[in-house]
Amino acid sequence: MGSAFIPIMIDAFSVGGLYALTALGIGLIFSVMRLANFAHAEFVTVPAYALFVLSDHPVVVSISAAVLVAVVLALVTERAAFRPLRGIDPATMLIASFAVSMFIQRLLVFAFDSRIKPVNPLAVLDGSVALFGAQVNLLKLTTVITCLVLLIALTVFLKYTRFGLEMRAAAEDFTMSRLLGVRANRVIATAFVLSALLAAVVAVLFSAQTGFVHPRFGLQIVIIAFVATVIGGLGNLLGAAVGGFLVGVVSTLLQALLPPDLRPFREAFVFLLVILVLLFRPQGLFPARGLKERI
Amino acid sequence: MTALLEIRNLTVQYGRINALTDVDIDVSEGEIVSIIGPNGAGKTSLLSTIAGVVPAAGGTITFRGEDILRLPLEESVRKGIALVPEGRHVLPGLTVLENLRLGATIRSDTPEVRRDIERFLDAFPILRERRNEPAGRLSGGEQQMLVIARALMSRPRLLMLDEPSLGLGPQIVDKVYDMISDTRDQGVTILVVEQNARRALAVADRTHVLNGGIIRLSGTAETLSGDPDFEAAYFGLRSVADG
Ligand SMILES: Nc1ncnc2c1ncn2[C@@H]1O[C@H](COP(=O)(O)OP(=O)(O)O)[C@@H](O)[C@H]1O
Ligand SMILES: [Mg+2]
Repeated sequence: MGSAFIPIMIDAFSVGGLYALTALGIGLIFSVMRLANFAHAEFVTVPAYALFVLSDHPVVVSISAAVLVAVVLALVTERAAFRPLRGIDPATMLIASFAVSMFIQRLLVFAFDSRIKPVNPLAVLDGSVALFGAQVNLLKLTTVITCLVLLIALTVFLKYTRFGLEMRAAAEDFTMSRLLGVRANRVIATAFVLSALLAAVVAVLFSAQTGFVHPRFGLQIVIIAFVATVIGGLGNLLGAAVGGFLVGVVSTLLQALLPPDLRPFREAFVFLLVILVLLFRPQGLFPARGLKERI
Repeated sequence: MTALLEIRNLTVQYGRINALTDVDIDVSEGEIVSIIGPNGAGKTSLLSTIAGVVPAAGGTITFRGEDILRLPLEESVRKGIALVPEGRHVLPGLTVLENLRLGATIRSDTPEVRRDIERFLDAFPILRERRNEPAGRLSGGEQQMLVIARALMSRPRLLMLDEPSLGLGPQIVDKVYDMISDTRDQGVTILVVEQNARRALAVADRTHVLNGGIIRLSGTAETLSGDPDFEAAYFGLRSVADG
């Protein structure tokens, strides 16, 4: 391996980081309201389209717009689709989120047709840098660093701010937290905003790597991230992040290290791994504590 | 004397089950009122409805002259009502300190909040010792102290406790009831429900016996323990239920 080792690891970490952020975005909402939000896919796709629409504008403008669009979309879906269903059983909410996801996807097809659109939001990061004597792709390195910074920022937010404390409390026992004065609407809105922020960052970094966007752009990453949250342990943020990271790293490493004729079956190997994990730890790697709702 | 809490004709239903029927209760400022009754009597339903967790099917609940029946539950603590629910409900993965801090969610006077937390940690050295540990690791008695302290962090006017002695040994129950008396001495009004009749009678100024969702008897510890109907009311014998 030698000099190939560092680029492969950076590659694996950048994919793992994106899955971790996506799984966290899903996990944040799940932990406070037991909604497995399939529409997270569109929280990623829609800002990627914003990048496409604004591709003639300066990077700062298009990225800010992408973030804003994601946040507004998340708040609107929360208000219009999920708030009326609050407290309903998780299966029904999951189905509702499928419906929201499909609806937005159709809107995108209607507005932009279903062909792929080129995007290149981070053209400034084309090229490579030397790292420990190896040439490393600048975009991938930036992705790894961004993911790391966001993970740390989110941890600090959850651990050391009043909002974060309220969110963790709501995740453990929603009714008890409300009895202590935690406002349900505010906690849930905060979860949606954070989830949208993470989704927008994933949209920027992922579309910069793939170079195009299409109506099912977010779906491909969200399906894998869903699997990752199950491996990590539903309702546990650390588990979601670790699960996402592992799935990304393992699938990238398989891609790099499997003999070429086995590479097409890379996903099959990943899912095999998932099945093995769930056979031995049906609750995931990090089972969630108190999933209780009522007092 | 004007009542702090005034409950009239309160009826609570789960589907077709009547958990409470036409319940009238007054609690005056500075009092300890207890409600005793067997399992399934409707005690938890009563406190849950006052706190806004469970909706009422009929009747009124007035707190400090204000109708609070339809308030969302996170507002009742802002009005000055704190509930320590049945089964304690510490936030198990949060630390002892974080649990106490959450009790002060509605307050913005940070230095005062800190001082209140210090006071509770002084009063319960075991909580201080374990302040950075997840609350779920505390023993049942320690958790009960913690959730009462947490409820008091909101500086309520009315503290409601749902079976605070449940599952605790006698010495711990003594401590919990000492804490309840101390709390009243600091000017907090208390409404406590229990299956454990002896404790709840002894601590309270007035007690109601609840059974089958109906208040069967009311009085002080003396009048009730001398009342020939007391046991029948508590255990729900027909003669009293109908008479
Ligand atoms: N969520 C619920 N759904 C249906 N019935 C309930 C529910 N909660 C309580 N009940 C019923 O209401 C009655 C009163 O219950 P509860 O208020 O819990 O009594 P207690 O606290 O005195 O044991 C019981 O018959 C109980 O079975
Ligand atoms: Mg009860």
